[in-house]
Order: sequence, then C-alpha cells, then structure tokens
Amino acid sequence: MSERVAVRKTYKLFIGGKFPRSESGRSYLVEQTNVALASRKDARDAVVAARAAVKGWSGATAYNRGQILYRVAEMLEGRRDQFTALGVPADEVDAAIDRWVWYAGWSDKLAQVYGGANPVAGPYFNLSAPEPTGVVAVVAPADSALLGLVSVVAPAIVSGNTVVVLAAEERPLAAITLAEVLATSDLPGGVVNLLTGRAAEVAPWLASHADVNALDLTGVTDADLAKSLEEAAAGTLKRVLRPPAGPVDWTADPGTGRMTALLETKTVWHPKGS
Amino acid sequence: MFEYAPAPESRSVVEIRSSYGLFINGEFVDPGDGGTFKSINPASEEVLAEIAEAGPADVDRAVRAARTAYEQVWGPMPGRDRAKYLYRIARIIQERSRELAVLESLDNGKPIKESRDVDLPLVAAHFFYYAGWADKLPYAGFGQRPTSGHSGADPRPLGMAAQVIPWNFPLLMLAWKIAPALAAGNTVVLKPAETTPLTALLFAEICQQADLPPGVVNIVTGAGETGRALVEHDGVDKVAFTGSTEVGRAIARAVAGTRKKLTLELGGKAANIVFDDAPVDQAVEGIVNGIFFNQGHVCCAGSRLLIQESVYEPVLASLKRRMAQLRVGDPLDKNTDIGAINSAAQLDRIRELSEVGAAEGAERWSPECTLPERGFWFAPTIFTGVTQAHRIAREEIFGPVLSVLTFRTPAEAVEKANNTPYGLSAGIWTEKGSRILWMADRLRAGVVWANTFNKFDPTSPFGGYKESGYGREGGRHGLEAYLNV
Amino acid sequence: MTATTTSDRSDLSELGRSEATLRAFLHGLPGVDQVGAEQRAAQLGTRSIKTTAKAWAIDLAIRMVDLTTLEGADTPGKVRALSAKALRPDPADPSCPHVGAVCVYPSMVPYAAEVLRGSTVHLASVATAFPSGQAPLAVKTADTRAAVAAGADEIDMVISRGAFLAGRYKEVFDEIVEVKAACDGAAAGLPGSPRAHLKVILETGELATYDNVRRASWLAMLAGADFIKTSTGKVPVAATPPVTLVMLEAVRDFRDTTGRQVGVKPAGGIRTTKDAIKYLVMVNETVGPDWLDPDWFRFGASTLLNDLLMQRTKLTTGTYSGPDYFTLD
Repeated sequence: MSERVAVRKTYKLFIGGKFPRSESGRSYLVEQTNVALASRKDARDAVVAARAAVKGWSGATAYNRGQILYRVAEMLEGRRDQFTALGVPADEVDAAIDRWVWYAGWSDKLAQVYGGANPVAGPYFNLSAPEPTGVVAVVAPADSALLGLVSVVAPAIVSGNTVVVLAAEERPLAAITLAEVLATSDLPGGVVNLLTGRAAEVAPWLASHADVNALDLTGVTDADLAKSLEEAAAGTLKRVLRPPAGPVDWTADPGTGRMTALLETKTVWHPKGS
Repeated sequence: MFEYAPAPESRSVVEIRSSYGLFINGEFVDPGDGGTFKSINPASEEVLAEIAEAGPADVDRAVRAARTAYEQVWGPMPGRDRAKYLYRIARIIQERSRELAVLESLDNGKPIKESRDVDLPLVAAHFFYYAGWADKLPYAGFGQRPTSGHSGADPRPLGMAAQVIPWNFPLLMLAWKIAPALAAGNTVVLKPAETTPLTALLFAEICQQADLPPGVVNIVTGAGETGRALVEHDGVDKVAFTGSTEVGRAIARAVAGTRKKLTLELGGKAANIVFDDAPVDQAVEGIVNGIFFNQGHVCCAGSRLLIQESVYEPVLASLKRRMAQLRVGDPLDKNTDIGAINSAAQLDRIRELSEVGAAEGAERWSPECTLPERGFWFAPTIFTGVTQAHRIAREEIFGPVLSVLTFRTPAEAVEKANNTPYGLSAGIWTEKGSRILWMADRLRAGVVWANTFNKFDPTSPFGGYKESGYGREGGRHGLEAYLNV
Repeated sequence: MTATTTSDRSDLSELGRSEATLRAFLHGLPGVDQVGAEQRAAQLGTRSIKTTAKAWAIDLAIRMVDLTTLEGADTPGKVRALSAKALRPDPADPSCPHVGAVCVYPSMVPYAAEVLRGSTVHLASVATAFPSGQAPLAVKTADTRAAVAAGADEIDMVISRGAFLAGRYKEVFDEIVEVKAACDGAAAGLPGSPRAHLKVILETGELATYDNVRRASWLAMLAGADFIKTSTGKVPVAATPPVTLVMLEAVRDFRDTTGRQVGVKPAGGIRTTKDAIKYLVMVNETVGPDWLDPDWFRFGASTLLNDLLMQRTKLTTGTYSGPDYFTLD
C-alpha cells in the first residue's frame, strides 16, 4: 500500500465572498506554498466589492452585525487546528477568538457610548450618532499574523464599514485561512476582502483610490512608504490611521480608538414645537 | 411704501489702531522682517489698519513661546484654573460684545445683525462651554487610552496646536479652535485669515485683559505662506484647519509622515431638500437662511436646493417673493440682511462661477436691488434649470448663489444629495417624521438639519464626511481633536 | 413639473358644501413649524425703524387703531368720550390723524354713532355672544342685526372654538355664513345701508397651535370673512407676532389662490409703539404695501393709542412726553 497523497490547498484571494486567483495570474512563494500575488486590478476589484457591500452591511442592524462577528468567533474556535498547523501559537489563536467576541459586543454599544443628545440652547432635538465611514483599506501588521489581522479588521467592520485588507506580505497563510473562516460565518460577501501580495505594489493604488474612505497603515513598516501613502490619501482626504510609533502589544486591551477612528459623527437637528 | 430709514450702528464703540504687530508671548511685537499688509473694509474698500506679516522666524518664535507656556505653565496648571481663565475670557467677550460685533462687520462685511445676534453670542457660549470641560476631561468618555492598557488614565493634551482659520466667521472660528484647545490643556498659535485679522487681534487684547499667562495664546497674522510655515513647523503637535478643501488637501500632505494630529473642516455643497408636504413658509425661510446667511460665505450653506417636482412652481414663487425682501447694503445698518462680499478675489470667483452657470444654460434670477458703488457686492442670485452636471451644482461657490434642482422621490433626493465629493451638511423639509429619520440615516453628511437650517451650538458636534474634512468641532466630540486619545 | 402657477385663480366656493370637502381642504394646507414661525417673527422684530420711517409708521398705526372698550362697566359717557378721542386723538396737534374705528359692545353702538356720525371713523361692534360665542345661532345673528341696525358698519364676530377644536368645521363655516348674511344692513331693516364688514375673531389663544390658526384663517376666509382677527382680548393669550405672521401668510395665500383680499387685525396685548411698528414691519415684509392701509390692517387696542401719541410728540418736539399730556379715555 502506498501512502496517501495529501490534497494541498490553493491559497487564493478573497474578494466579494469568493476566492479568486489574482487576475494577473501571478503568485509568490511563502513557506513552500504558492500564494496569489495581488495586482492593482485585484485591489480595484476588491474596492468595488467592498463598496457594493457597504449598503447592506451598514444598513444591517447592530444586533445582526454583532451576531455575525460572534459567529466568526464560533467558526474560528472550531478551526483552531488549522491555525496552529500554520504555526500560529495556540494562545494567539485564543486571543484572536476572544477579540472577535470582544468586538462583537461593541456593535450595539458604540452609538450609545459615542453618540447622544446634545443640550443645545434652543427648542431643538439634537442627537449625534456615529456612523461607519465606508470602505476602509487596511495594511495588516506583520508582527502578529492572526491576532494582529483580527485586531485591525474587526474594529473596522463592527460599526458597518467594509474593508479591503492587505495581509502581511510574508505571513499570508493564516490570513487566507481566516478568510475561509469568514466565508463560513454568515458575513456577507464583500464586507471583508483580503489580498495577499506586496504592500509597496498594491497599497498605493488603495491609498489613491477615490472610492476608499479611510486608510489604516498599521502594517506599513517602511516610513517612506507610509508617508507617500498618507500623501496619496490626502488627495481625497481619507481618514488615515498612521503606523504605530513603536511595537504594539496585540494582546493588550485594544481600547476603542480603532473603532472611533473609522467612524463619522452625524448630528441631526429638529425643532421641538406643537 | 414703508421705506426704512438708515439705522446705522455706531462705529465709535470700537477703536482701531493704525497698525498691529504680532501677538507673541503675551505682547504685541514687530515682525522680524517688518513685512506688513493692509486689512480693508470690504463694504467701502477703506483701509482699516496695517497688519504685521509673520515670516518663518516669527512663526518659530511664536511656536517656541507656545511650547514654553505649555511645558511650564498651561500643561501643569490644574484644569480647575484653566477653566477660570476660559470663563473669564467668555465674560469679557460678553462685556465687549458690541465692540467685537462692530469690528467684525467692519473687517468682514457681514451684517451687524448677524455679527451681533449670531456670531458674538456663539463665541461667548463656546468659551463658556469648553471652560466647563477643563477640569472634567477624565469624564469626557474617551475611555482607556488605546496603548496604555490601564483604566482611568486621564486624557492628556497634545501639546502645542497650530490653528489656521478662515475669513467667513473670523471670531467664531477662533473660538471653535482656541476654546477646546485651551480647555484640554494645549497652547496655541493661531493664524487668522489675511482679510479678517482684526477681531483676532482684539481677542489678543482680551487675553491680556484676562491675565492669561503669556504664550498660551499667540496670534500670528499673514497669508498662505505664514500658514504654511506654521503647520509645517517641527515643533507643532497638532494642526487644525478650517478653510477650502484645496488647502486642506495640501495640509494633509504636508503633515503626512509626521506625528501631528490633524483635523480639517473644509468645503461643502449641501443639498437642502424640500418635500411636497413641507411647512412651506418655514422651508422658504430655511432656504433663504441656508444660502444667504453671511452672504453665502458658509461652508455648510444649503447651496443646492432640491425641490420635489410636484411643488416646484409654488416653492420657487415663494422663494422669489421672499428674496425680494432681502436688503443688501451697508453691513453696519441694523436692517441689512446681506452685507459685502469679503474680498475682491472672492467676488471674482463668485462672478466667474455665476457666468459659468449662465453659460451652461441655467437660468439666472436676482431680485431688483441697487448695490453700493464702492466695495464688493453681489446680489442674491438663484439659478433654475440646474442639473447635477452643471459646475454650479458641483463646485462650492461660497457666495449668495443658489442652484435649484428637482427630484421626484425620496430615494432620488438622497441619491442626488449624496452625489458629491463633499459631505458637510444637508437639510430636509417635510412634516413626515418617519421620512425625516429615513432621510437622515441615508444622507452622507456630518450635520443634518431637519425643518431648520444653519443652526449652531457649542454642544453640538460639527464637521464633515468625505472631502468636507475630518474631526468634529463642538461638543464632547470636539475635545478629541486636542487630546491624546 | 406641474403647470399650476400662483396667478391661477381657483374657485373654492364649493368647499363649504360638506364637512368632508372642508376637512380635506383644511387638513391639506401646509403645516406650520412652530419654531421656524416664531423665529421669523422674532427676526422681523429686530428691524430698526428710525426717524422718518418711524414717523410714517406711527401715523399709519394711529390710523389703524380700532380704539376699543369692551367692559361690563362701559357707559354711554365713557363711549362718547372714547369716540371723541377717536376723532381727534391729539387735540393739541391737528396734524394728528384719526383712528380707524371705535370698537364697542352692541348696546353701546348708538352712543358711539352719535359722536362718529359724518366722520370717516368706522364703528365696529363685537357681536355673536362675544367673547365666548357660546350661544344659539339665532341669538348670534340677532345680536349682529341689532348692532348693524344701531349703526355699526363693522362686526367683530367670534367663532365657536369648541366646534372648531372638535373638528366640526362645517358648523363653524355655516355660522360665519349666517352672520355675514346678518351683516347686510338691508336685511336688518335699514334699506339702502351698506353691508357691514365682517371681522372673524379666531381666538387664537384657544386654538393653541399654528396649524389650527392657519386652518381657522382659511375656514373664515372661505366662509366670507372680510377680516380675520386674532383675539377677543378676554383670554390670557391675545395677539402675538407669530400668530399674526401665520394669519398674514394665510391672507396672502388666499388672495393668490382666489383673487380676494382679506384684512388682518391683531387684537389684545399690543400696548407700545415699538410693538405696533414690529407688526407693521411684519405686514410690509410678509404681504407687502397692499395691506399697509387701515382698510386691510387694524390694531385692536386701547392703551396703544396713547403710547403712539407720546412717541409722535417725541418725534415732533424732540423731547420725551408724559402720560399726563394725553387723555385717558
């Protein structure tokens, strides 16, 4: 009896809820595995998918979004082994699962904590409420392939944004595997779109794309690249999260800053009269 | 005919010096290279004063003064005491409000009725509001600092803030910038617009009168180059800008790659949407207030009027009838509704875009009105037959010019309203509550006025989506721009 | 785009035929946003009317005064004195104009008529079970006929606020129609005498909302009112600038729609020249010069006149006057 030949997985992109190869037909080698090498056109397609998903996702109830993020945690819990097999430490998987749970609970609390009534000096009802900014392009951090990725994606989508996330160039396998988790978690297609490839090649197209509302540069370690991306983002005045000033402890309490940085505050006035 | 006799506000309440230096470290100083420019009254083209022009060395001096004041005095000072200075400033503004209002109208061209009844009360209220925050920052709801990991950390000021403000609401924009910055514990260098520096300089005197420690507030006057030197200065921790989207873009580029926190409040092209069940008389007032308030020099002006087709004719007729009552003229006359355009350059831009509107086939209408011979004037104007493709429906005119469009259904109104790179404000006029809330959910704008327009309050966050900028001014939200949160 | 324009004249005479058509029409009128209406009225109140404009406005306001006494204690003597003052408000200054009208209870009409006969000062009488309106229709019409027969050429009637608030619009409509018929001098047994003008008092203080004020204004105009008037002066809230603004908008829109002009009379609570001028500014900027005339705008007031006279004197002499220099009638 010969030994069974394993079936290998093809690591592809995740765009609009589907797993296409790069339109460029290119791949690059990571840990003896061919990974799709995303092109600018893949980035373009991902933005189209993300934009198309904004209406449904931001229009879903907060309760619904919370349940879906919690569902992601459930699915991740069931696939722990896939991540540890990729070399992700078990405690990082635990932390990543817990992070989904933590953010899931924020969905229906953000508006209460960051919005509210404003006591204006006049006969007006006046209410401020946070809203998602729209499509967020993210460069995921390289120092934490799973927890770092979850820590930048979950705070963006919990409020109703959709994302195009560029996985860490050298650690994309956990990211694609996470995409497979997302694909089975009731998350509508296009809410998270994941690209693998080179930040220096793809990120500038996202930074200058006029249909992207915000840019999270957390994973950009090259200061010159970060600066040029921020400059490109200025073209349409995107909200920009700069790279962290120093090393980030991804296991620490993340705070709410990543969520609030990707929110708009809308204030509605109405007269009070009989 | 009921002809209103002239009712001029007295100029004598304000004393304008012939020349002003820079306000650095608590005193007025001459600029290093001695450059000056003139500030004129746009209603008469009369020179009001000579103003110092700050060069890079002056800006550096001001930034250093602010840094020192931050490190040695204002940063360490208990919030309780910062609050008292801000309350003191608010009180002095109330006491000297007539003087400030007259000066604002002289330098800016806005009607005294507005500077007296809108700008000045809001300025004082803004300082009062933020004064109260100075000793309550841990309660401002920013939670844990993202990187600290321990709860209860007090939010910290950013340090030294560079602030650049526009000419449309000179003193009010100063208040929006300085009050939250100081309350949060920052020190500031503020550059007023080159056409309207006078109330900022009078505010400097108020800081002296309040015994505000030297260096906490510094005012550097000048034009674009002065502003550039300020926002690009290495010693700056925070940049806040209100003005055009074009300059906002340049500033965003300039601070790229730095640790400077940036907030921007930029242009707009707001839709003011009138449904067939609107309270029509109030809607017409709202349309008029939306576009002719402050000569239309308002970033959140309702410059695109969207009227439901079923009521297009009567609403337009009411609007024209109402516009015929607008009184254009001497800003200091208490009965003036529309004052002078702020500058010759702005007048040129308004004229140019209006000519484009006519050339593109839109129909132009203004009520009969006689404009003064000297000064910069533009009659209130509406364009009908405008479509989304017209430049006057897309570009910010920043003048008393309204583009009128139509729509058929609520969904179409939302689509047209959002079809712009801007997202600062929007207006909805309908008596149907559920429709208001449905619309408000869908409009991509930072401020939505329903059955009202152009209302402002220090407790109410103001700021835009998309290319109208980022960050909020006013309310608890406004503190975030000046805290390390 | 619809083809309607404001210059089209509509025939609304059939609306009063049924409760349903009246209700549908009145409830189809545009709403009034309270805050917006009050702010507009307040804004108009900030106009600064000085020197020549003030002098012109004061004389116009005097000509618009319905000099009123509506007390249980009214006597022939009091009414004669008031009427004399109406003819010559400032005996010391012959250039001072006379007022628009004298306004009294029906029983006092004959005494006012004695004094006013031959002058151009109108004689108004409240009628229809003023001020509550709570009487059978027959009593109201009899009240009206009596006042007209005694010499009143203007009738200030009250609507049944109870019926209006209960939604019985047709009842209110029909009452106005009946009273209007009773204003006809010929029908009152005075052959050849003109029909008295009918002012319909809405008692806006009891209608409570501006939406109701707008509906009541239209209801009264549809039923034939020559004037719409805010108040009896007998309930706590009388004329206010925003209520008057809403009524002015109603007469403006009514004329646009039907071609017929209706007058407006704020009454009660207007005591100072400053207040009166604010109302004139409101008239000027809301309905325009066509209404800046005693035939189309009146003030129902008593103490207002003396303040107008004092301010008038101040303008002509340059010094402040005092109440001792004007009659108390």
